[in-house]
Amino acid sequence: MANLKEVRGRIKSVMSTQQITKAMKMVAAAKLRRAQDRMVQMRPYARRLNSLLQNVSAGVDPELVGNYGKERVVDSVLLVVITSDRGLCGPFNGNIFKAVSQNIQDNYASVQKRGKLTILPIGKKAYDFYRKRDYRVDSKFYELLNKLDFEIVKETAEYVMSSFDEGEFDRVEIVYNEFKNVAQQIIRVEQYLPIPLVVDEENPLKSGTDYILEPSKELLVREIIPKSLKIQLYKTLLESNAAEQGARMTAMDQATDNADELLKDLRLTYNRTRQAAITKEILEIVGGAEALQAS
Amino acid sequence: MYLEIITPERIHFEGEVDEATFPGSAGSFQVLNNHAPLISTLGKGELRFVKKKHKKSHENVMIVDGGVVEVLNNRIIVLAESIER
Repeated sequence: MANLKEVRGRIKSVMSTQQITKAMKMVAAAKLRRAQDRMVQMRPYARRLNSLLQNVSAGVDPELVGNYGKERVVDSVLLVVITSDRGLCGPFNGNIFKAVSQNIQDNYASVQKRGKLTILPIGKKAYDFYRKRDYRVDSKFYELLNKLDFEIVKETAEYVMSSFDEGEFDRVEIVYNEFKNVAQQIIRVEQYLPIPLVVDEENPLKSGTDYILEPSKELLVREIIPKSLKIQLYKTLLESNAAEQGARMTAMDQATDNADELLKDLRLTYNRTRQAAITKEILEIVGGAEALQAS
Repeated sequence: MYLEIITPERIHFEGEVDEATFPGSAGSFQVLNNHAPLISTLGKGELRFVKKKHKKSHENVMIVDGGVVEVLNNRIIVLAESIER
């Protein structure tokens, strides 16, 4: 039988842990709402930009789109790995690392062997993970999640775009968690650069309106494409951010439930032990009294 | 005409306006009612507009740093990367 005092101590410690997980869950829920709001706020811009791009790029020679659309022989690869800054969010980060290793194994094993695979971690967890291992790490932007706004995302996107443009990398992919709902995250590996060309076969770019284009069609397309790339990265980061809060909320909810379960067991043990101790004491007294009477 | 000014972070302004002046990358230009369809890039500069039923002296000014503007059917959409008041 367990020691009464010991059990009491454990109950206390489980209770305080539960309090913490409960609070963390609540904080994650509040942050999740904010993250979702930001995603909603960003949507009108993304939608308008897309339709604008379609209006303008109608009939533009893909050659004129510039470097960003051109496939090259893949000699070097940049993987942008988006995780969280903090832990305690279930399998959120672990899944990402798994997906990255899988992706490297399947597609870029030879690139990695030649040491031409670079990882751009975003989030402290990814930075810590890859720094300790045998990867080439570009640690320029890993602290970006500290203060996630469009300004810094823009900088990051510009950095990635210019290093692609200069030929430092022939392909850029992003690995991140997509926010499906609060409890579900989907791991995505998306090609960022060169822009995967989506040819819409059903409506081959009908541009109904005759716009006055200033300065010129080609320049406009060249202006808009980097913008849409920045937006894409921003959207990805907001998704990942919302997914992180969702994952943390679910994990902490589970932890709270587990603590409840644990407490139930402990209380049972505690009461049983107490009962046993009392019974034992009574037995001792009765036994003693009987022994006295007998003599 | 209806004007919308949008950045990735939020919608900065939407509403009816009488006139709007943009810092186009090829020079500043003004848009009035029934302007022809237009798409132009913006440079860094001042975006001015006068809300409907306001006097010209009640002009609103925002500082835009790059972006695109689309004018179509009396609807102006400004997509800017950042805006300061």
